[in-house]
Amino acid sequence: MSSLIRTVLSWGGSLTGILLFVAIWEWGSLNYGSFLLPGPRDALASIHGFWQQGELWGAVWATTWRAMTGFALAALAGLVLGLMAGLSHTLGRALEPVSTVLLGIPPIAWIVLAILWFGSGSMAAIYTVAATTLPVTFAGAQIGARTLDKRLQEMGDVYRVPGWIRLWDFYLPHIVSYVFPALITALGVAWKVTVMAELFATEEGVGAGLAMARVNLDTAGAMAWIMVVVALLLIAEHGFLRPLQKKMEPWRQGASQAKS
Amino acid sequence: MNLDNVSLELGPNKILEAINLSVQPGESVCPVGPSGCGKTSLLRLAAGLVDISGGSVENHFACTAAVFQEPRLLPWRRMLDNIALGLKARGVPRKERLDKALELADSVGLADKYTLFPHELSGGMQQRVALARALAVGADLLLLDEPFSALDVGLRNEAQELVQHLVVDRGIASLLVTHDLTEALRLAHRVVVISGSPGRIVYEHRVDEPFAGRTQAWLYEAAAHLLRQPVVSESFLYNPKLEMA
Repeated sequence: MSSLIRTVLSWGGSLTGILLFVAIWEWGSLNYGSFLLPGPRDALASIHGFWQQGELWGAVWATTWRAMTGFALAALAGLVLGLMAGLSHTLGRALEPVSTVLLGIPPIAWIVLAILWFGSGSMAAIYTVAATTLPVTFAGAQIGARTLDKRLQEMGDVYRVPGWIRLWDFYLPHIVSYVFPALITALGVAWKVTVMAELFATEEGVGAGLAMARVNLDTAGAMAWIMVVVALLLIAEHGFLRPLQKKMEPWRQGASQAKS
Repeated sequence: MNLDNVSLELGPNKILEAINLSVQPGESVCPVGPSGCGKTSLLRLAAGLVDISGGSVENHFACTAAVFQEPRLLPWRRMLDNIALGLKARGVPRKERLDKALELADSVGLADKYTLFPHELSGGMQQRVALARALAVGADLLLLDEPFSALDVGLRNEAQELVQHLVVDRGIASLLVTHDLTEALRLAHRVVVISGSPGRIVYEHRVDEPFAGRTQAWLYEAAAHLLRQPVVSESFLYNPKLEMA
C-alpha cells in the first residue's frame, strides 16, 4: 500500500513538472501570439493533421530506424573498443586521443562530410549518429573495464579463472553499470543528431518535416515535430533501455530494496 | 610447501627476510604477529600473487585455494554461483558444480540462502561463502588471511569451529595468518611467530594438545605461556622503545 502511494506521488511529481512546463508554454503563446509561439493545442492539432495526411508514421519510422541503427552500431563498436582500451593500457593510450578528436568534431561537420561521402539519404544520417555517439559509449566501457576491483582480479588469479570466464563473470557485469548511463546519454544525442542530419540530407523523417515547416513558416508544425521527437526519445529510454538495465542488473535492484 | 630463505622487497621496503617455513600435507600452520609484520605478504607470496626477491618457494600441493581478509565475492552473482566459481574456472559442468556448491553451502550453515546476492548476506555469512568457495575446488592446501578479523567474538568462535571441522579435521593442510594468539593456538599444529621490520620468524611452537582438549581455559593458559617467552612478548606487547626507533 505504501509503495503504491509512493509510486503515485513520484508520478505526480513528474507530472507536476510537465504540467508546469505546458502552462508556461500556454502562457507564452497567449502573450506573444500563436504565430511566434503556437500553444500546446496548436502543436497537437498539427500532429493530428500530419496523421490525417499520412505523414506522421512514415516520418516516425524513418527517424526511429536511422537513430536506432546508428545508435546500435556505435554502442556495439564503443563497447568492444572501450573494453579493449580498458584492458590494455597501450591500446587505451592509443585510442583515447582518437576518441577526444571524434568528440571534438561538431555533428554539423560530420553531416557535411557524410553528405559528401554517401550522398543524401539514410546512410548519411546513420553515419553521423554513429560517429557522434561512438566516443560516449567508448568512454563508458573504457572506464568500466579499468575500474574493476583489483582485489577481485587477485581472487580470479588465485582460482585460476580463465580469460573468457573472467570477461563474462568479472568484467561485463561490472562494465554494465558504467555503460548504461553512457548509453542513455548517447541515445539522447542519437535522436538530436538524426533530426539534424535529416534536415539537411533526407526527404523524409522528422528532420525533413522540420525543414518543410521552415519553408512554409509553419511554426505550429515545427513545434509538433519537436513534440514527436521528444516522445520518441522518452519511449526509447523508459520503454526500452531502463527496463533492459533492470533486467541485466538484478543484484542492484536488491540493493535498492534493501535500502528502502 | 617449502619456503627456503625467502625474502621480499616491495620498492625500497624490505618486508620479509630469511623466512624458512614448511607446510606438510594435512598440517595446520599459523603464522602470528603484530600488524604490519608482513604476515599478509607471506601469504600472498605463498599464493604466488607476488614475486619473491630471494630464496625459493616450492609448492608440491596439487591444488591451492585462498580465503582473503575480505570475502571478495562477485557482487553480481548469487551465493551458489559464487561458491561454484572455482569449479566453473576448472570447466566443471553447471549441474555438477551447483550440486557441489549446494552441499558446501549446507555444510557451512548457509542452507536456504542459495539465491541471495552477497550484499544480502551479513559479513560473517559472506566470509563463510568465501570459505565454501575455497573448499569447493577440493584444495589440499588452504591459505587463510585473517579471515575472521572483521567478525565479533561470537561469530569468530563459530567460524573457527567451522575451519576446525571442515579444514583441519579433514586433513586439508592450511596456512592461517592471524594476529590473535589464541586463534592460532586453537587451530594450529604449529604456531610461528613473525616479528620485526623486515619480518622474520622469531619463535616456533608446536601445539601437542589434541583439538578436543583446547578449551578456553587451556587457550588462555597456552597464550600466557607463549607470552612468557621474551621474544614473543617483545613482538606482541606494547614497547615504547621499539615504537620510538
